[in-house]
Order: sequence, then structure tokens, then C-alpha cells
Amino acid sequence: MVNRDMSYDAVMSRKNEIMKRAIGIDYDIFESGGLGFDYERMMREAGYTLEEIQSIQSSTGVGNTPLLEMKNLTALARKFAPKGKGARIFIKDEAANPSGSFKARRAATAVYHAKKLGYKGVIAATSGNYGAAVASQAAMAGLKCIVVQECYDSNMVGQPEILEKQRVCEAYGAEVVQLSVGPELFYSFLCLLEETGYFNASLYTPFGIAGVETLGYELIMQFRERLGRDPDKVLITHAGGGNVTGTARGVKKAGAEETEIVGASVDLTGLHMASDRDFNRKSFTTGHTGFGIPFATWPDRADVPRNAARPLRYLDRYLTVKQGEVFYITEALSVLEGIERGPAGNTSLTAAFALAQEMDEDQIIVVQETEYTGAGKHPMPQISFAKQNGIEILFGDPDTEIPGQNIVFPDHPSKIKVRDFDLNKAKVSYIKNAINNYGKKEIGEYDFEFLIKDTNSDEKFVRTVLSELGVKVLS
Amino acid sequence: MDIIKKGDWVQIHQIVLKPEERAAHLPEDTKKVPLELWVKGFALDDGKIGDEIEIKTVTGRKVKGKAIKLNPRYIHDFGDYVPELTKIDMQLKKILFGGDCGE
Repeated sequence: MVNRDMSYDAVMSRKNEIMKRAIGIDYDIFESGGLGFDYERMMREAGYTLEEIQSIQSSTGVGNTPLLEMKNLTALARKFAPKGKGARIFIKDEAANPSGSFKARRAATAVYHAKKLGYKGVIAATSGNYGAAVASQAAMAGLKCIVVQECYDSNMVGQPEILEKQRVCEAYGAEVVQLSVGPELFYSFLCLLEETGYFNASLYTPFGIAGVETLGYELIMQFRERLGRDPDKVLITHAGGGNVTGTARGVKKAGAEETEIVGASVDLTGLHMASDRDFNRKSFTTGHTGFGIPFATWPDRADVPRNAARPLRYLDRYLTVKQGEVFYITEALSVLEGIERGPAGNTSLTAAFALAQEMDEDQIIVVQETEYTGAGKHPMPQISFAKQNGIEILFGDPDTEIPGQNIVFPDHPSKIKVRDFDLNKAKVSYIKNAINNYGKKEIGEYDFEFLIKDTNSDEKFVRTVLSELGVKVLS
Repeated sequence: MDIIKKGDWVQIHQIVLKPEERAAHLPEDTKKVPLELWVKGFALDDGKIGDEIEIKTVTGRKVKGKAIKLNPRYIHDFGDYVPELTKIDMQLKKILFGGDCGE
């Protein structure tokens, strides 16, 4: 190890070898040799069953979070809805998990797995709640923990929300390695995995994703017990795709086939995620389109060979909301419902508030997560930070918001609305990315079937896109 | 103030990649600056702020870098008061509960 070439190119070229050792999964056995792979087999054989995960999670106090009805938010939404409209809004209070977010579910399985395989420590690359979750679980398991976060711009100015994640990870006893802006975080991450021999507690392993299945399953069971019926729509904040994928799989495992799966992200169009300048001009560090769209249209960009989070398989609808709208709803949650949560986790609540107004009064919409609030992670520090970075704070029509330039609070809550992101467009991009990444001019039956499943579309749709790309399907 | 004693809790700074060593396809602004790293740990020797020192992190890793802070404090807080948020709060209460909430 001492004599190893640690240059960027050398380390990146050892990526597969490092990953294999750090994750304990042989992904090759699920591969077909082409662009498709056996996703369900990977989830079955490399993951855990729902019952196993329930037991792993309950042993660390994760899960069984309260389901709360947002009566005042529902009443507010009904004021602006047509007569007879305005679905009942519920939230699942995932902030009640040990580390303050649903990410504890993912971390619980990852850390359990690491310990079972005999790793001495875990490493996670994350600037978000997942770092806190891994650090918390590692503390319980007595494993060492390193969290690698993209934190500062080139002037060492940090996003308040990420600075809080640093604090909380350190509070749980983890080492936090902080980096400036750029995708080469992955290089530093690989160096650390190689140096320590720790487990890669990736967000995107089969057991990480399976960890979220209990959330969807639990939610359905809570509705059946309490109201004797399934919710009509589940709203899920979408970033890397694990929240959507895991929750949707859990909902389906509970047999709630009619429940619609709706993703929501904050619209950060125009801001470049790898830009040193743009880094501190966004007021949301996750749950935004800067992750949501790239991860939906190419899941295998993740830090594992095959991403277990494949949101296009599960999304029935994908909505975007504006930063100003999410802050507004975060305030509403505080002053009308008496609970301080978010703000980033309130992305799907914002979408639910608007979407409820399109639904009948006797219907149910549920937001499947909340996250803890604290210094740095609160509308006040986020908005003051935005002001310091020259972002204009206005009241008006949220549609006039330009990410990086202004934040527009709706001048009236009736102005909060959802905007549909065309999922077919995302599916077309996904197919293009798959073809380009594998450099295919023709594909076989297996890959063709895989593309249909991975985009949750049909034969005709995939065939049309492929023919536009000049790709032949061999039969 | 700037004196570091062996065993003190110190934050160090490293340049991981110089601008010319960075990955391809970066935005122009990012391409111009190095990839930097910060980490905290216990100083393994005496020294002072600004020195190249070696630390031992809480996981036991030994890391070298330039000492930039001794006992670094957390600087994030609840920010400045944002009057716009109170305006939102008052509006929401007025719409839902009506009447005098704002008075």
C-alpha cells in the first residue's frame, strides 16, 4: 500500500478493485454482459428481507415513527381548492428516528452489514442527513466512522446546513473530512477506503435501499390500522432516488398497488452542481433537481457499480417546487401545526399542499418524511446566508424565481403550485444515457426488456426511442 | 494563541489536487481553484498555526497538513433575523384563523 501510486488517475483506475473490497458484494454475478442486469435478483440476494430489516432497525430504535394528520394545513389548502376538493394531508414524522431523519433506516442496514462482515469502520460520502445517520449507527455498533463531505467553496465559506451536518457527525464521534467543491470528492473517498479498509456505507447498495422499504410498508400498515384504507398518493422528496425507490418498493410489498408514487424536488435549474460559485448560491443542499434529474436519468453514476436506487421504475409522477415555496410551507408547518422540521425535507410537503387541492376531500395524501431542524438547518440561517451571497429575497409569483439570483416567497399561499416534470422526457434521457455509456449500436432481447423495466414503460416506447437513436434490437 | 501543544485539537488544511491536476469537464470557476481538504485531530507534535503538522484523527488516521485553527468552534447558528419570515407567519395565521391574529 505504501508504494502505491496515489495520483488521481492511478487511484481512479483502481476504482473497481477498491469498491469490491469496500462493499463485499460481487456485482458481476448480476451482470448480463450488456447494459442490463438482474435488478430483482440483486435486491433479493444482496439485500435483506423486509422482516430481517424490521428486526435490524428496531434493535437500534429506528422506524415506527408517528403518522401525523396536518389538519390546519389541510384546512388552509381547502380555502383555495374548488368546492369538494382538498385531500387530507398526513406526514410521517421520520425526524423521530435516532439521527433525526429517514436516513437512519438506510444507515441501520449498512452498518449492520458492515459489522456482520467484520469491517472495523464505515465511510460514507455525503453532505446530508445520511452522514449523521451513519455516524449515529456506527456509534451504536461500536464501529469507527468517517464522513466525507463537500462543504466549502474556495473561500472556505460553508453552507450552514452542511456545517451543521459536520457538527452532528462529530457529535456522534465520527471523523469528518471536508472538501471544497468538485466531483473529485470521489477520488478522496477512494483514497480513504483504500487507506483504512473500511466499509463503503454507500447510499445506493441493495441493503441501503431495502432499509427504506420498511418506511413504505409501515406507512401503509399505519393507514390501514387507523383509517382502514390505503392513501391515494405518497409524496416523496427525490434526490438520489433511494427515497423514492425504497419507499415505493415497501408500498408495493404491503400490496398497496393503487397508491400513486409521486416524487418532488426543489427546482434549481440553472445552477451547476460542480460550480465553486454556484455552490453557496443555492438554499437547498439536497432534494433538488440538481441530483433528482441526473440520478433518475442515469442511476449508475453512483459510488457503486450498480445503483439499487432506480426511481424511474417507480415514479408515477414527478413534480418540482420552488425554494421560496418550500420555505413558506416550512413556516406554515411551524406556526399552523406547531412542529419545526426541515426545511429541505419539506419539499414534498410543499408539493402535497398544492396537489391536495386537485384531489377530492375524502382522499388522502401522505408525505413520507420529515427531518430534524437546528442551527444552520432552518429557514432563518438559510435565508440570511442567501442574503449574504447577494440573493434577492422577494414576495411575488414563485414562477418568477431564478435559482442563484433570487428567492421568491409566494405573496399568498394560493400561489403555491406544482409543476409536472415530464417523466417521458426523463425516460428518453435515461435510454440515451444507457446506450451512450455502453456504446451500443444494437442490443439484444435481454437489454431491450431491461430498458422497458428500468423505465417502467412499454415495448413501443423503448422501440421508438431506440430507433430515433439508430439502435437496432436483435431478436 | 497560535501555539499548538502536542495533543491539542487542531484543524488542518491540505491541497488535494492543484488546478492543473483536477478532473476534466469542470465548470470554468472550479477549474481555476484547487481541490482542498480540511480535517481535525490531535496534534502529534508541538508547533504553531500556519505550520505543516501531523495530526491523529478520531479514527486513528495520521494526516499531515497546514494547521489553520486550534480548538475550532462551530460557526453556524440561526442566522440574522429575517423579517420576511415573520410576515409569512402573520399572513398564514390571518388567512386560516382570521381576525386579530396579526394585531
